[in-house]
Amino acid sequence: MSEVLVLAEHTDGEVKKVTFELLTLARRFGEPAVVWAGPGAEAAKDRLGEFGAATVYVAASPEFSEYVAGPKAEALAALVAGKSPAAVLVASTPEGKEVAGRLAIKTGSGVITDAVGLDESLVAEQSIFGGSIVVQSRVKTGTPIIAVRPNSVTPQAEPGAAELVPLDVQVSDAAKGARITESVVAERGGRPELTEASIVVSGGRGVGSAEQFALIEKLADSLGAAVGASRAATDAGWYPHQFQVGQTGKTVAPQLYLAVGISGAIQHRAGMQTAKTIMVINKDPEAPIFELADFGVVGDLFNVVPQLIDEIGKYLHV
Amino acid sequence: MNIVVCVKQVPDTWAERKLRPEDSTLDRESVDGVINELDEYAIEEGLRLAEAHGGEVTILTMGPQKAAESIRKALSMGCDKAVHLLDDGLAGSDSLQTSYALAQVLGRIGFDLVILGSESTDARTGLLAAMLAERLGVPQMSLASKVEVDGQAIRIERQTDYGHDKVEARLPAVLSVVEKINEPRYPSFKGIMAAKKKPVETLSLADAGIDPAMVGLASAATEVVSFAQRPPRQAGTIVKDEGDGGVKAAEFLAAQKFI
Repeated sequence: MSEVLVLAEHTDGEVKKVTFELLTLARRFGEPAVVWAGPGAEAAKDRLGEFGAATVYVAASPEFSEYVAGPKAEALAALVAGKSPAAVLVASTPEGKEVAGRLAIKTGSGVITDAVGLDESLVAEQSIFGGSIVVQSRVKTGTPIIAVRPNSVTPQAEPGAAELVPLDVQVSDAAKGARITESVVAERGGRPELTEASIVVSGGRGVGSAEQFALIEKLADSLGAAVGASRAATDAGWYPHQFQVGQTGKTVAPQLYLAVGISGAIQHRAGMQTAKTIMVINKDPEAPIFELADFGVVGDLFNVVPQLIDEIGKYLHV
Repeated sequence: MNIVVCVKQVPDTWAERKLRPEDSTLDRESVDGVINELDEYAIEEGLRLAEAHGGEVTILTMGPQKAAESIRKALSMGCDKAVHLLDDGLAGSDSLQTSYALAQVLGRIGFDLVILGSESTDARTGLLAAMLAERLGVPQMSLASKVEVDGQAIRIERQTDYGHDKVEARLPAVLSVVEKINEPRYPSFKGIMAAKKKPVETLSLADAGIDPAMVGLASAATEVVSFAQRPPRQAGTIVKDEGDGGVKAAEFLAAQKFI
């Protein structure tokens, strides 16, 4: 049986949920083989085994954490040449895509980004133009490289050996052009990551100020959700840019998206239109976002949200 | 500094964007074209760097004839000149082919820094900066929310899920920018008038030394098998808050088993 390579996403030793989604997907096409770049493979081995990884190729050298994209692409290219896998799966995150793009050139292969589904014949489903068109696409040349949108697949456990196999990769100088000298973690850690979260609570212009975003955070925390923000809110400096949901920000597809004080300009909708369930709270009944709502409340968010938080508390303590 | 900003013309997001039934490519003709939003930030950053360090900003656009409008708009922001890679043979190119074609031109015109937006609003692959860096054999300084150039050294803050990474490299390099990086300037009237006279060099595949067999839909590495319009979302339940909006919202969440 051919291998399917899965590029593991991990931060500070924690395996990100999307890795388990990719492993679940990989099992449909071949024997899942994780490619782990950087430190922490030993500690992650059991978790990777829980989701079916047969092998874990380890590129442990610090170079893999110290340089942007290039070294990972080289390690993957060496494996593609040596093992002729059926496919390579990566997370469709900014970093995952960069590695995929470089790998595509190195191996002369096609690459598909933001796949939300993949069938047995490796035909990918993509949802484009804010979800209005669904496309089936496939790679015609080389080893298919598919970047899969986080939250598209439900991870399913299945035991695998997760045998650690060290990789001996000589990283070229060309791969080491961009050196990471420091990683700066913003204070707002601790909540689920925006593109991985099953619930996202986003605030927009209606929130009114940076201080009042605390209310959005409180609602998010009551649901164990990630916090997002509209462009209006990040442009105004009320919330950091990396939390922006929209055309020039992140695309999210959670189980539940709560849009609070957001009008729903198409720029924003492009980033959240394929959420499974959408709830809207806005005092303007004409706000375009109500067109997307499965449930909407026309009202002042400063009245509705505190009451909602209280009610959630009651349900969760029953 | 010799700065080249890669600018893509894309269909306006506000318009109804479609795929052509004949060949599943994006219909660029029947909708208004605009400069890809993140490329405006790339142009702005190019102009700021040229203002700070001296040098020229050249726009490089690969696109059909109508992309010329977007090139003029970019010039009116203050860029010095432009190169328009224009050839029917390029139609339907995927990201591998686009990066090949652009790299061929960039190799010929030379650069200290290539700047682009991190992602386009039409294809949204976000692959080009990495692919250009790979093909040109220069550092990939992507997802930058802040840039500093100091002689031959370039340093950026690279946006991450948890904050940012500080990344450094030596020029020449490829730089892609995210929205946080700056506020693009509006063209002045003077800039708009001056843009009409700025040189735009048009290159065909032959002019650029691009192998026709390596670009265009027929030789793309990926293909669309089929596509379909998705039915619009059904309208849901909208209630007016009469002192109980939060209660009703919670009831909905409970019924959907979110709480």
